[in-house]
Amino acid sequence: MQLLIRQVKQLIEHEIRIELKNKQALGSLVVYSVSSIYISYLAFRQNIDPVTWNALFWIIMLFAATNAVAKSFLQESKGIQLYYYTLLNSRAVILSKIIYNILLLTTLGLLNFFCYWILFNTTIADPIQYLIGIFLGSMGLSAILTLVSGLVSRANNSASLVAILGFPLLFPLLISILKFSKNAMDGLGWYVNQPYFIVLISLNLAVILLSYLLFPYLWRE
Amino acid sequence: MGFLGPVPALPIINETIRNLYFHVTMWMAMFLMMILNVIFGIRYLNGSKLKDDLIAEESARIAILLGTAGLITGMVWANFTWGAPWVNDPQLNGTAATMLLYAAYFLLRNAVIDPVKRARLSSIYSIFAFVMMYVFIMVLPKMTDSLHPGKGGNPGFNKYDLDSNMRMVFYPAVIGWCLLSIWLMSLRVRLRLIEKQIATN
Repeated sequence: MQLLIRQVKQLIEHEIRIELKNKQALGSLVVYSVSSIYISYLAFRQNIDPVTWNALFWIIMLFAATNAVAKSFLQESKGIQLYYYTLLNSRAVILSKIIYNILLLTTLGLLNFFCYWILFNTTIADPIQYLIGIFLGSMGLSAILTLVSGLVSRANNSASLVAILGFPLLFPLLISILKFSKNAMDGLGWYVNQPYFIVLISLNLAVILLSYLLFPYLWRE
Repeated sequence: MGFLGPVPALPIINETIRNLYFHVTMWMAMFLMMILNVIFGIRYLNGSKLKDDLIAEESARIAILLGTAGLITGMVWANFTWGAPWVNDPQLNGTAATMLLYAAYFLLRNAVIDPVKRARLSSIYSIFAFVMMYVFIMVLPKMTDSLHPGKGGNPGFNKYDLDSNMRMVFYPAVIGWCLLSIWLMSLRVRLRLIEKQIATN
């Protein structure tokens, strides 16, 4: 168990170092999401009602997340994967990728939220709850899409398959996160949002547990 | 009996209550097929026998067939009672998601050529899909109101509609649909096994 935790830590550090060294991937992600926000700004102009505001934000997040997470397995060559396979516990690989993607998506989500909020000014009654929503949503998106990306990397390595397999799996998550963040926008009390919070947390944990259990079967070639 | 048996005359629902014998029982059979799909997926991951994967695939196929039939019967019924074939109802959203999930399952199967790899990947996906579908159909609709009978303040069938005459048809219909779907699935599996044998000879 300790070995697993150490491996996970080292892998995450490794991922972050690679990401910072190769700024092109990170930069393209940021440009992708900012330009999609700007396109929606041009399409909608300023006046949109809160329901659309919220829905549009999560749709942008969905596409940014698919782009960001899809590459987590697809960018690695067969050689590197074989190297990991001989060296590391397979569970350390999936856990490190999920945790790294959560970090990545949360940062991206906050950045998106900031840009989006500047362009489309809306009152958010309970910003802290909304930020918790962004964290929970990024967690679910990265957990589900990481495993799907692993599946696809074994299937035929096409990025479009990630979206096809991932979107139907994301339905329950997206519906609850939309409700959660809409309630946060309206400033409804914590007791209204509590059931959605519990559903989101348990959904995320279930997905991470499933990835943890199923990934070894995926990994062995 | 399903078409002519005595049923209680209720406002709005009227004779469409007979849909209970078809729509509801179809869903139950579909659920059985999905459970079979996931069980044989897990069995494949444990034992790596391609026959398990074959059973999983065919049960998913029958589940899609039953799901489509259930959708059509449900839409006809909804058109009479709710006034529209498709309304924004949590259970309908769940069904749409489920159908998309199983369509994606078959897309994944088509994308992989190597049968051993295909079996492994699709088993993993089906376990994942089943959990998500369970959340969608069983957990989320409980949190919001549904138009379906028995939910969101609507009277359930067992409250007063499902009188003994209807029970006499309903329970055998459930068993019948389940057995019918298992029979269909086993037919397809045997056909596929024979085809494989002919191909190898």
